[in-house]
Amino acid sequence: MNVASHSDTPVLDREFLEIRNLILQLGAALDRVERVDLLREDDHRWQRIVEALAVLDQDRDQRAERIQMIFSRDYSPAWREQLGVQTNRVI
Amino acid sequence: MDYIDPHIHMVSRTTDDYETLAKMGCVALSEPAFWAGFDRGSAHGFRDYFRQLTEVEPRRAAAYGIQHYTWLCINAKEAENVPLAREVIAMIPEFLDCPNVLGIGEIGLNKNTRNESIVFLEHLQLATAHHQLVLIHTPHLEDKYQGTRMILDMLSDFRELEPQRVLVDHVEEHTIRHVLEAGYWAGMTMYPVTKCTPARAADLVERFGPERICVNSAGDWGPSKPTAVPDFILEMRRRGHADSLIRQIVYENPRTFFSQSANFVTFQPSSEGVESRQ
Repeated sequence: MNVASHSDTPVLDREFLEIRNLILQLGAALDRVERVDLLREDDHRWQRIVEALAVLDQDRDQRAERIQMIFSRDYSPAWREQLGVQTNRVI
Repeated sequence: MDYIDPHIHMVSRTTDDYETLAKMGCVALSEPAFWAGFDRGSAHGFRDYFRQLTEVEPRRAAAYGIQHYTWLCINAKEAENVPLAREVIAMIPEFLDCPNVLGIGEIGLNKNTRNESIVFLEHLQLATAHHQLVLIHTPHLEDKYQGTRMILDMLSDFRELEPQRVLVDHVEEHTIRHVLEAGYWAGMTMYPVTKCTPARAADLVERFGPERICVNSAGDWGPSKPTAVPDFILEMRRRGHADSLIRQIVYENPRTFFSQSANFVTFQPSSEGVESRQ
């Protein structure tokens, strides 16, 4: 179920300065890292940042959800067996 | 607008915060038991904490006209100590008849370990044995997706636990669909940096609708904002949403969920009418 916004103001009018500010802050933060840190390409956090930035450049919706998944550990349906946790009731 | 904050840790907040919440329209709140910022050394520490939640905080809240409810458990972080957790779980039934106790919470996972899973399952056994509502904490940041899926797996093992009696909290873009599709309530926590912001919470309402969704501040001892729910109200109004829709999320939904607890019979409803902005 989608709930539509009823504002008379176009969303971009409302969000433009905020988006501009966020991109500027992001650019400045990346500059800050590059100025100081070495070997960042080997850092898995940096790799995830690069991957997430690529999502922003794709012309699709649900960017936020896809970025969340980039920064998430994998889920395995076999986790119970891997951890040795009994199904349904604990001994 | 009158509202209910269904998740806020007032033991960590000042009396000034109670006053501010009252001025902002908070008429009731619920306070899950959680990690105090340090590991307690014994079950006696939890007994004192549960007395604080059931005796002291209701009085502090009442001084500002706010109705205080609570949830009891040993949190996921301290649940890593299984013997301690079992002592605390054994003590919880002593407090279940206190008039402001709504159920078991906030239980869940932190780092998604075996011990956390075992203690989570034992909390679920306690909840089913005493027919209690359940409030669930999902992990932070990179652990959230994995931990939420594990929690949903474990909940599905408890067929006697009706989904509408369980709220899975701290959902975000990548977990909300799983929670709602399984029939549970979903809580969105609005924090300054981690979890949701008011704008992203409003986005998720626009995508998924208002059914079985609550929003909360989870205000505590860390970076958090106890007035995050009024921030959400403002964000929704900026977008032109009707007050009736906003009120459903910030007042009617938590009231509906809490009403499944026999102890919520003490709730005094807001006299505020629904004002339509449409």
